[in-house]
Amino acid sequence: MYGNAYIDPNEKFSSEEETPELLAAFQARIDAGDKIEPQDWMPAMYRKQLIRMIEQHAHSEIIGSLPEGTWITRAPGFRRKLALMAKVQDEVGHAQLLYSAAETLGKSREDMMNDLITGKSKYSNIFNYPALTWADSAVIAWLVDAGAIVNQLANSKGSYGPYCRALERICYEESFHLKYGHDNVVHLATGTKKQREMVQAAMTRWWTPLMHFFGPSDKASVHSDTLMRWKVKMASNDAMRQQFMDMYIPKIWDLGLTLPDPLLKKNTETGLWDYTEPDWEEFKRVINGDGPCNAERLAVRRMAEENGRWVARAINNEEAEHVRPFA
Amino acid sequence: MALEDKKRIESLDPRISRAHLSGGNHEDMTGLLHFQTYEVFHQNKRGAQHKHVGIVHAPNSDMALLYAKEQYARREQTANIWVAPSSCISATEYADDDIFTTTPEKLYRNPATYKVMDRIQAFKERGMTPSDEV
Repeated sequence: MYGNAYIDPNEKFSSEEETPELLAAFQARIDAGDKIEPQDWMPAMYRKQLIRMIEQHAHSEIIGSLPEGTWITRAPGFRRKLALMAKVQDEVGHAQLLYSAAETLGKSREDMMNDLITGKSKYSNIFNYPALTWADSAVIAWLVDAGAIVNQLANSKGSYGPYCRALERICYEESFHLKYGHDNVVHLATGTKKQREMVQAAMTRWWTPLMHFFGPSDKASVHSDTLMRWKVKMASNDAMRQQFMDMYIPKIWDLGLTLPDPLLKKNTETGLWDYTEPDWEEFKRVINGDGPCNAERLAVRRMAEENGRWVARAINNEEAEHVRPFA
Repeated sequence: MALEDKKRIESLDPRISRAHLSGGNHEDMTGLLHFQTYEVFHQNKRGAQHKHVGIVHAPNSDMALLYAKEQYARREQTANIWVAPSSCISATEYADDDIFTTTPEKLYRNPATYKVMDRIQAFKERGMTPSDEV
């Protein structure tokens, strides 16, 4: 889901040592509810897909802090500035937890960072869209985090120990993000005419990216079946999208806000939400680099890495002397 | 990525516009610093056990403590933090976890398995006289 971890159907994963006995024992351990730890034997595809998922999740936390981070200085009021700063710090901290988890599978944090900056690795597509107004930052904090929590709660019940442990801490910390975002949206939605217009416009802008957030339907994928059996993927993209809609559309409508989809309604027969398929061509275009903010996000990340070099050099050099400030 | 991405980035954030960044640079970052990892142990109050909470990357233990404070002491009450280089941790192998399987069978280590009341009761009922049985 983060970067929509796409797997080429022709990609070969099996290797000679993956005997039916080893695979069966691995499956039995997962079926028994055991967690897999870094030292354990695991199939190559399990390892590869987890690295991809956790790494993309980590990148999403780092890049996701950028659209919100730019609003810290302009957040209305001191309390909101403090809360937003804390939220952005949390997101960067979550990236660190996730890089550590991915690293246990054999890819170094520095290699992951390099693959992010060069565009080799993906991150959640939603962060390639701009936060035009303060209301956009409110909608991100509420609904993008809500979507992330749906995904993370599901994945925290997965089979890979280090990822589950990181996700438990992340979910615990994210609960304030959701409340903070909801608080901001409610404040605008129950405010002046101008505030209401601003939050409605933001909600309309973010609806398509939010529908894209869980990725295209993956029901028919063979890889998906294997990954679900191994508890790498805990729910289909469609199931998570439905869960998100179930939890949040009523809350959005409750504020008298509208969503830009005339077909949107809960189907009483199926118990599922009917909706217009979002434009998946746009999704593919944006995730492959041609979105409104892709270039900026990576350029800012590259700048941070380059401009932070002197700090890294300084802390790596234990011989350096302390310099007292002049005043 | 399209060639036009090479142009200067105009951002909604004036600070980013002022940085005169250009997009479309896909070159590898060279010289990324490799830090070792430290295991972090968190104590929530004096007298409590330190508990393992996770990992930080750091060039030395002083920096590891600083990162550990930022990473693992943002929410919980904290009295003290330890860090230790991950390379200093020795661990058992999960493959050998059968060495622990007989532990729950050692009932003689369980206080609840020592039942004397039945015997005392019988002793009293027969007038506290010696038994014929050993």
